[in-house]
Order: sequence, then C-alpha cells, then structure tokens
Amino acid sequence: MNEIKSFDVERIRQDFPIFNQKIHGKRLTFLDSGASAQKPQAVLDAVQNAYAVTYANVHRGVHHLSQQSTELYENARETVCAHLNAKSIDEIIFTKNTTEAINLVAQSYGQMALKEGDEILLSYLEHHSNIVPWQLAAEKAGATVKAVPIDENGEFLMEEYLKLLSPKTKIVAITHISNAIGTIVPVKEVIEAAHNMEIPVLIDGSQAMPHMKVDVQDLDADFYVFTGHKVFAPTGIGVLYGKNEWLEKMPPYQGGGDMINRVTFEKTTYATGHSKFEAGTPPIVQAIGLGAAIEYLNGFDFDAIAAHEQSLLAYATEQISLLNSVNIIGQAKEKAAIISFTIEGVHPHDIGTIVDQAGVAVRVGHHCAQPLMDFFDVPSTARASMALYNNREDIDALVGSIKMVQEFFG
Amino acid sequence: MMESLKELYQEVILDHSRHPRNFGKPEACTHEAHGYNPLCGDTVNIYLSLSTDEVVEDLFFDGKGCAISIASASMMTEILKNKTRSETEEIFEQFRNLVTGDKDTVPETEDGERLRVLAGVKQFPMRVKCATLPWHAVHSALNDQTDTTTE
Repeated sequence: MNEIKSFDVERIRQDFPIFNQKIHGKRLTFLDSGASAQKPQAVLDAVQNAYAVTYANVHRGVHHLSQQSTELYENARETVCAHLNAKSIDEIIFTKNTTEAINLVAQSYGQMALKEGDEILLSYLEHHSNIVPWQLAAEKAGATVKAVPIDENGEFLMEEYLKLLSPKTKIVAITHISNAIGTIVPVKEVIEAAHNMEIPVLIDGSQAMPHMKVDVQDLDADFYVFTGHKVFAPTGIGVLYGKNEWLEKMPPYQGGGDMINRVTFEKTTYATGHSKFEAGTPPIVQAIGLGAAIEYLNGFDFDAIAAHEQSLLAYATEQISLLNSVNIIGQAKEKAAIISFTIEGVHPHDIGTIVDQAGVAVRVGHHCAQPLMDFFDVPSTARASMALYNNREDIDALVGSIKMVQEFFG
Repeated sequence: MMESLKELYQEVILDHSRHPRNFGKPEACTHEAHGYNPLCGDTVNIYLSLSTDEVVEDLFFDGKGCAISIASASMMTEILKNKTRSETEEIFEQFRNLVTGDKDTVPETEDGERLRVLAGVKQFPMRVKCATLPWHAVHSALNDQTDTTTE
C-alpha cells in the first residue's frame, strides 16, 4: 500500500507530463477529463516497463516472460478487486471499455433473462452507451426500454423511479454520475429499491471512479462498470464487476481462446469465473496500466480529492454565474465537478473553437447524451469537466476565454 | 492566434449567422434535402426550386447550427441563386477544395470573392464539416437524395 500523500495540486500536476507543453503558445487548461483523463508518469512507466521488460502473452506460457506478464496482468485484476472491494477476482472481468462491459451484460444477461413484454429501466441521464446496448437486447427479446425522468435541475426523480419499477422490470441500468451535467445519482437507494423487488441493477461508474471511492459490496450493485482511460489509465481497458451469482448463470458473450475448458467439434465446455467472459488475448499492457493508475489514485485520500474538486466546482459555478448570458445546464444538489453551459446566441462549436485558441480544452456537443439534450431543449452544450490535477488558474482561464467568446460575438 | 480566429469569425460571417438570408421553409419547392452532422447534432434543411431548364430559381434553408454552418448556408443561398445545376456542382467543388485546403480553384469573380470569405475554415480542420454541410445537402437535393450526413 502506498503512503498517503498530502493533497498538493501543484505537485500533482508535475506527475502529468502533458502539462509541460504549450497549446497555441498558451498554458494548457485541460477541462476535458470527463471525456478522457490525462496520464501520470507512474502509468506511463508501467506501460513502458510492461512492453520493454516483461512483455509476452499471458496464461499458459511456461517461459519466464509469459509468467512475469501473467503475474503483472493478474496483479492488476487484484488491484481492481481490492479497490472496488469485490468479494473475489472472479467477479472482475476485463473488457475494452465501459461500452463493451454494458454490451456484455445486455447481451448475456439479456439472452438469459429477457423475454417478450419485459422492461429495462434506464434514466434520462444516461450516456448513449447505457442506452443503445439495452435497445439492441430489448429488440431481440421483444422487451421495452423505459427511462426515469429528471427535473429541470437535472435531479434524478426517485419517486418516478419507484413508480416505474414493476414486476415486468428485469434489470435497472443507471449511471452513477451524469457525464453531461454532473448529477450524482443516489445509487445506493436505487439499488435497494430494485432489490426489494428482486431486480438486479447495473451501475455505470465511468464518471464516478476518478472522483470517489466505490465499494461494490456496500452499494450492493449487481454489476458495476467503468472504463480505464477516465481514471488516468490507458485506453482499451475497462472493467465489469459482476456478482458471482449472476456471472455463473450468464452465457458467454464472445467465443474464442482463453474462455474455454475443453474444445471438440462436437461440444465445448467453458471456463469458469472471469475467464468465461474474456475471449482471446486480453489488453495485457492496458490492464497493467490500469493497475498502476489505481495504485496512483490510492496514493491520495479520496476525501481530499473530493474536497479539492468540490471547491473547484463551487468556484467555477460562482465565476460562471457572474457572467451575463451564460447558462449552466444541470444544477443538481449533489454534483461532480462537471459544468455544462451554453452562451446565449453562440453555438457550442464556436465556443469550443475560440476557447481552444486560448489553450482551453472543453468538450462541445451532445456528449453522447441526446435524450438529455432533448430534455433541456438544447442541441448541445459546452462542458468543462475537472479532475484532481485542475486548479483555480484553470477556472480563471476558462472564465477569461468565455469572455473572449462574448467579445467576438458581442 | 487571434489572427486566424479573426479570419474565421469575420464580420460578414457573424452578420450572416445572426441574420441568415433566405431562412425558412417556402410554400413550395421542387427539391428538398435534410443534412445532419451526427458529431454535433446540427441540422440543415434545404428547399430548392429548379426551373425546367435546370436553373436554381429559389433556394431557402432552415435548421440549427453553429455560426460557421449558418453563415455558410446563408451565403450559399445567395451565391447559388440563378445558377444552373452544373454551375452549382462546379461551385460546390471549388468551395470544397477551398476549405479543405487542397487547392484554390475559386475564380477571381464576385461569387468567388464571396466564397473566399470562408477560406479561414481551412485552418480549423474540425470545423470544415460545419461549412460544407449545407453544400452537401444541396448536392443531395439536386440528386434526389433526401438525407445526407457529414459522416
């Protein structure tokens, strides 16, 4: 276990080599971590080492490098398992990303449990990756997708959720934190209510993992999914946590090497545990990078990360609210450090292009959450999403660049 | 940096984006197409009236978009009015070459100068599709395709 470091954002920024460069001659103001986070040197070193020193394919190899590579790869699984407080490593399945993890559950659980007339319950806060896989599964089974509404502040409506839960509901799939507007959903209550009716729940933790400590047993989540690249790890690696009681019953998602017990042309028996869902050579180095990223994150006190980010969110909200003609979309009481905004009379794409020239990276568009955009009746927004390495200077640069946009369009 | 931004967002572009010309759905037209940019969700609808001798008599548009796509559509409706089908396709080709930065084949004419207003887009590769979306939609309308996307 690492020693817990005191929270010093300027020191943390030094861990991320990307901040050493200028963008258009300006200091980099990176406010797009909600899309993908930057990588600390510790992760880059782990990746470099895995390729330069220990690389070979994992599992079954009896030679030295294969053994080393397997150990590092499986250590990463143990790191994830411990971090999530899962009961066993068999509950930790490595996937490509969140999208693949949700598709896996939608297809495999769907094949096992969905039939005509059943319902899948989502919410208006979902990313397309927690909508479309369910639509595909629903279509196959003749089931229906329903969505829990939100209010004008972007709050998840618990009462409406309770009304929508029914004996027809076969699974609930809800985001932990909205990627587009930052709403934190009270997922523990969501899970409890569903479990009272014996309905399993999948939580999309993509936006939660970089900001908070998640304990899957405390939440009692049936499935919890996240992607590596948003928690400072490489792309190409994601995690599906699933309770053993479900995974044991679910059919394989993809067939191939590594997921089998015995193959003959007449009949194949499948591997058990996580292996059943991991066909083919896995993203070895990416998983090792994920392990390094989680260890890096665990070097900090999560309460300190949350306090730092919440103070930035409060400062940014206050500064942006002072600006004329700028509207913040999504003002939930419990929010992660994500601010979606629009400027009256200026399209978000024009905002994005202009602030970029000031070295400010924000995301503009529908954030893969079109039903949510439709709810707020905007085609798109500009979104500033923060991470542990952001500081007040970043917020000041953002506010300065918004003023620049307004001068252009004034 | 301000220079390239100023070239992109020059006054005439901002003016067209704030007060788009030929904006709205006419009562009748001979060709219609819907353009969509799935990356940003922007939409443009093109309403074109072609005479029997294949001349653009009327060209209107509506939709939602950024300053660049609205200004491009607005200026396009002015430029393409009274052009023949083949002239329209030729100007589209010139415009596409101009904003993708491949080559400048825009003639030194009044229309050419109006097209060149959007040349600043080529310094912003992510925004080229914003500028070309309405043009693609006109191309689709003329070729009896109802939908077009920039993907």
